[in-house]
Amino acid sequence: MNALRRNKFRAFLTMLGIIIGVASVIAMLAIGQGSKKSIQDQMADMGTNLIFAMPGSEQRGGVQMGNSDAQTIKLSDVEAVERECTAISAVSPQVSSRGQVVYGNKNWPSTVYGVNEKYLDIRKYTLAAGRIFSEAEVRSYAKVCIVGQTVVDNLFGTDIDPIGKSVRFNNIPFKIIGVLAEKGENGMGQDQDDLMLSPYTTVQKRILSITHIQGIFASAVSEDMNDVAIEQLTQTLRKAHKIKENDTDDFRVMSQSELVSTFTSISDVLTALLGAIAGISLLVGGIGIMNIMYVSVTERTKEIGLRLSVGGRGVDIMMQFLVEAILLSVSGGVVGIMLGILATWAVSSVMNWPVVIMSSAVFFSFLVCSAIGIFFGWYPARKAAALNPIDALRYE
Amino acid sequence: MNKPKTIIEVSGLKKDFHVGEITVHALKGINLEIKQGEFVAIMGTSGSGKSTMLNILGCLDKPTAGQYVLDGVSMGELGKNQLAGLRNNKLGFVFQSYNLLPRTTALENVELPLFYNSKVKAKERKERAIAALEAVGLSDRMYHMPNQLSGGQQQRVAIARSLVNDPVVILADEATGNLDTRTSYEIMSLLQRLNEDGKTIVFVTHEPDIARFTTRNVVFRDGHIIREEMVKDRLNAAEMLKNLPVEED
Repeated sequence: MNALRRNKFRAFLTMLGIIIGVASVIAMLAIGQGSKKSIQDQMADMGTNLIFAMPGSEQRGGVQMGNSDAQTIKLSDVEAVERECTAISAVSPQVSSRGQVVYGNKNWPSTVYGVNEKYLDIRKYTLAAGRIFSEAEVRSYAKVCIVGQTVVDNLFGTDIDPIGKSVRFNNIPFKIIGVLAEKGENGMGQDQDDLMLSPYTTVQKRILSITHIQGIFASAVSEDMNDVAIEQLTQTLRKAHKIKENDTDDFRVMSQSELVSTFTSISDVLTALLGAIAGISLLVGGIGIMNIMYVSVTERTKEIGLRLSVGGRGVDIMMQFLVEAILLSVSGGVVGIMLGILATWAVSSVMNWPVVIMSSAVFFSFLVCSAIGIFFGWYPARKAAALNPIDALRYE
Repeated sequence: MNKPKTIIEVSGLKKDFHVGEITVHALKGINLEIKQGEFVAIMGTSGSGKSTMLNILGCLDKPTAGQYVLDGVSMGELGKNQLAGLRNNKLGFVFQSYNLLPRTTALENVELPLFYNSKVKAKERKERAIAALEAVGLSDRMYHMPNQLSGGQQQRVAIARSLVNDPVVILADEATGNLDTRTSYEIMSLLQRLNEDGKTIVFVTHEPDIARFTTRNVVFRDGHIIREEMVKDRLNAAEMLKNLPVEED
């Protein structure tokens, strides 16, 4: 212990290896885990019980058509789903069109989604102001809309209340009856506030002039019922589309939870990557610890020789170095944990990154670094203590 | 007066070193007896085996063959830890290069051997270390680090360290080898005083002048003792020191 006090700088350098090793592993895994969790949270925010059906490829005279422009889903399908799928609590058709929204002398490119009044619940949107359109407005192709915050920002700024104002989309005037609460970007970086919602009838008839729909959005009664809901939706659509047993679907059914699991697996890869980096830094840190411990103890072979020659037994000397190594490694590990948590906290507050500190990372990095430190502090001491005192004394 | 007790008894001592393929016979059958109160100089040229002899006497190295009895204890049968205990209780070592622990006070350096003696408690350890430093005239340097001490002072700290456990014999290996004449005389005067107080000292040197301060000279060559003689015209280091011209610097 006196030896540590006497060689503060050497002790500090030895500890530094352990500190950096432990801290970097903790910080890196915390950042990786944090981004994974934030993706999961955002996905959950989009509704984990969300299910949607899109037109699939269809055959026309033996020619396989692409996915998106197929016209296989009809309004009657939505009615069938409403009627028959017990695991689905809400369902809305969706049609959409991109275009320029104009207010006064300002304009903004956006997308208008034609949906029914249940769509807000299904997609977990809430109203910041105003109201949603009524069933009557849906039936009457009313030219009303609900706008997202991005559209409001770009057309009205902060000074004008958009409710009751009239905007033009493809030269058709729409009266704004509601504003959506801000939702931010989704996990893929899409702005979820850059949209307009109108009755699907209005979009179908007045903008697109079509009778089919482009997709069905539904929510399962609960997240657990997702699989049942998907199965029911699939069977209902197959029946409605009169698809024979062995023929392929002319639509695709997907669920948010599938997307979530896709993203989770992506971020799992991310975490694995960060874990690998952490592992490598642990390895590098470990080798650093090993070297400095080995060198600093080997350098003291002469001291060990002297201690032996004045009557220290091998056991006494090993104990001394073991205690020193444990003290260094454990205190270095503790400082490393503190530094790692501090660095994690700094990253999260300065760069605004989400972080989650994993107790397993803390524990494991501490364990590995300390074990390496203790072993390589003790092993060369054991070797030196086993020498003839005169050989240890003569060591250069 | 009683016949002096035999402290060291060596017979047929051999030591071989293996350097690669070659075997070097450093000691080729040594017989030596040292009695209590003697001040013996082991002399010889470099490579004569004198340091090897001292290391074996100090239990720092093991002989290849032969008997060594130290203060009634035969070395042959002892294990490593027992040898360590023996070094701790019966032997004091002074090295040519002092071998003090760096960044450690003189006092702590002197205390070191007693750390390994479980019978000595902290308070007694400190008292004995202070007494040993006083005996070598360094009571005003107790809290100095080795790098704040001159060579002679460092060697005196080393001598205090060799004294602190009250050994039956002090073994000094070229203890004046790194020192100038004046400081050498100071060290020899100190050793002579300790010898007069009854300490048995074995002193390795290659300098005939230094050997004249001792009571008996044993000369080694090629692993054999070639000459053993009592010192007739023994010099007194303290007087020599007085007669040395005072240095200007």
